[in-house]
Amino acid sequence: MDISHDALVAFSKSWGLFYLIGLMIGVLIYTFRPSNRKKFDRAKQSVLDQDDKPWT
Amino acid sequence: MILTLTEAERQIALGISVAVALGGLVLAAAGTQDTMEVHGWLILVFGAICAVVVIRDLWGPEPPRSRLESYYDEPIKAGIIASMAWAVVAMFVGVWVAALLAFPDLTFDGAWASFGRLRPVHTSGVIFGFGGNALIATSLHVVQRTSRARLPDQLSPWFVLVGYNLFCILAASGYLLGVTQSKEYAEAEWYADIWLVIVWVTYFVLYIRTLARRKEPHIYVANWYFMAFILVVAILHIINNLAVPVSLGHAKSYTIWSGVQDAMVQWWYGHNAVAFFLTAGFLGMLYYYLPIRAQRPIFSYRLSILSFWGITFFYMWAGSHHLHYTALPHWVQTLGMTFSVMLLVPSWASAGNALLTLNGAWHRVRDDATLRFMMVAAVFYGISTFEGSFLAIRPVNSLSHYTDWTVGHVHAGALGWVALITFGSFYTLVPSLWKRETMYSPALVEWHFWLSLAGTLIYIFAMWNSGIIQGLMWRTYTEEGTLAYSFLDSLRAMYPYYISRTLGGLLFLIGAAIGAYNMWRTIRAAPSSAPVEGDVPLNAATAVARG
Repeated sequence: MDISHDALVAFSKSWGLFYLIGLMIGVLIYTFRPSNRKKFDRAKQSVLDQDDKPWT
Repeated sequence: MILTLTEAERQIALGISVAVALGGLVLAAAGTQDTMEVHGWLILVFGAICAVVVIRDLWGPEPPRSRLESYYDEPIKAGIIASMAWAVVAMFVGVWVAALLAFPDLTFDGAWASFGRLRPVHTSGVIFGFGGNALIATSLHVVQRTSRARLPDQLSPWFVLVGYNLFCILAASGYLLGVTQSKEYAEAEWYADIWLVIVWVTYFVLYIRTLARRKEPHIYVANWYFMAFILVVAILHIINNLAVPVSLGHAKSYTIWSGVQDAMVQWWYGHNAVAFFLTAGFLGMLYYYLPIRAQRPIFSYRLSILSFWGITFFYMWAGSHHLHYTALPHWVQTLGMTFSVMLLVPSWASAGNALLTLNGAWHRVRDDATLRFMMVAAVFYGISTFEGSFLAIRPVNSLSHYTDWTVGHVHAGALGWVALITFGSFYTLVPSLWKRETMYSPALVEWHFWLSLAGTLIYIFAMWNSGIIQGLMWRTYTEEGTLAYSFLDSLRAMYPYYISRTLGGLLFLIGAAIGAYNMWRTIRAAPSSAPVEGDVPLNAATAVARG
């Protein structure tokens, strides 16, 4: 198996770019999806709850 | 502490302790011709002490079933104490090595006290001893609270904590003996590295198991940062430490990477150690303890998610900025530079998110030194990430690289950000975990705060000055085209700055020692008489700090 330097560069410059853009789109969708808003609001408030016991 | 383990867990703990001691015996026997022998005996003694501690309570009563109705905080308490102990010792060594640069006679003619051996004791001691123990302790605290679930068992958190400290002891003592694989922030040799892999995988599994038991449907963002820290540090550690020992009886090993690949792997590791050990984990602390202490929810939860993915995926590519103007292919250098500059966006998003959370609570920042620790930490996080992006630009790097500017940058991050957020978190945690109403002395917290801030500022201003002077002296040419200054000329010019940086470090050390004393007195104080309902009584904590 012999990978040339040029092949590696070409691979990084194409797929490296594509997967990062794909990841960015995925993250943006997850973050701004209206159905997630309630979940996030709950999460940021719930850490301030001071009951210091695990839920059973 | 052993009594909180079930009987079956105590037996396994005894088995592990004996196995560690026997492993030490094997190392000592195999390494009789080598410094490895000392480490073998050290491991043997460590394992034996653990075994004795377990045996003393081996047949004690079983912990009550009611333990399952509370969080498991014993290892967290031990982690905080270990962290502060490492802080005082390793910062003392830091002041010592700083003084060595101004007064070289302070080695007292001992080979073990030479700069090259003491420096990694300082760096590993503060990063892994102080920072690592703090991360383990706070991560286990945060994951239980935000998941509303107790740790799945009592043994594995102790294994992680005690095993991790064994690694730290092996690392630090090895450097004094001259055992090193000469990779920055990864100096420990192969047998210590293998041990750390076992400990770290246990840590990862423990964290996942706790998350799997969670009662909250959503995993709070602080856990994401802690998870990234644990997972990526495992990957980095394994890949950078792939090495072949010269024999099983010798401490010395050689890395499987060679030439420029070795340099690239090392700085991919080195910079991501900054990213995931010193940033992601401590951001996890910030996103939990800052809202708790300020009694305000994080300014924007969405922003914290966006900056999480930005930080984790940009940092991975930034390491090559350590290798500007080297044999590394030019495009790889440019890639590292570009990603370093892009990193400013998620970094400032986090710093801004933290500061905006405090909007409306500034009176509390003024009155409560603990919250002020966290606020100033967020400011220093913003400053040092800006500086980092700037220094990664190739022409800037040509001035700054190999100078004290880099050292100043690291300390702006390590003192101003990492240490201050840790102290802020500890001052929140200690009264809460030990069920005290407040710290022993709020006035000493103030002293600690101002000493830390003054020390950090003196340190980084000294290093900015000396670094830029060095960089300029090394690139000044005469009309004939020769260098205007010799290296010794630049060294003489550094003298006043090396003395002031020692002073800055000393102030920071005194602050840390005061903090350790204050925490110790808080722990030893009588428990508060009023039955404490729920977690830290925030009103009480902030009110008394004010008074």
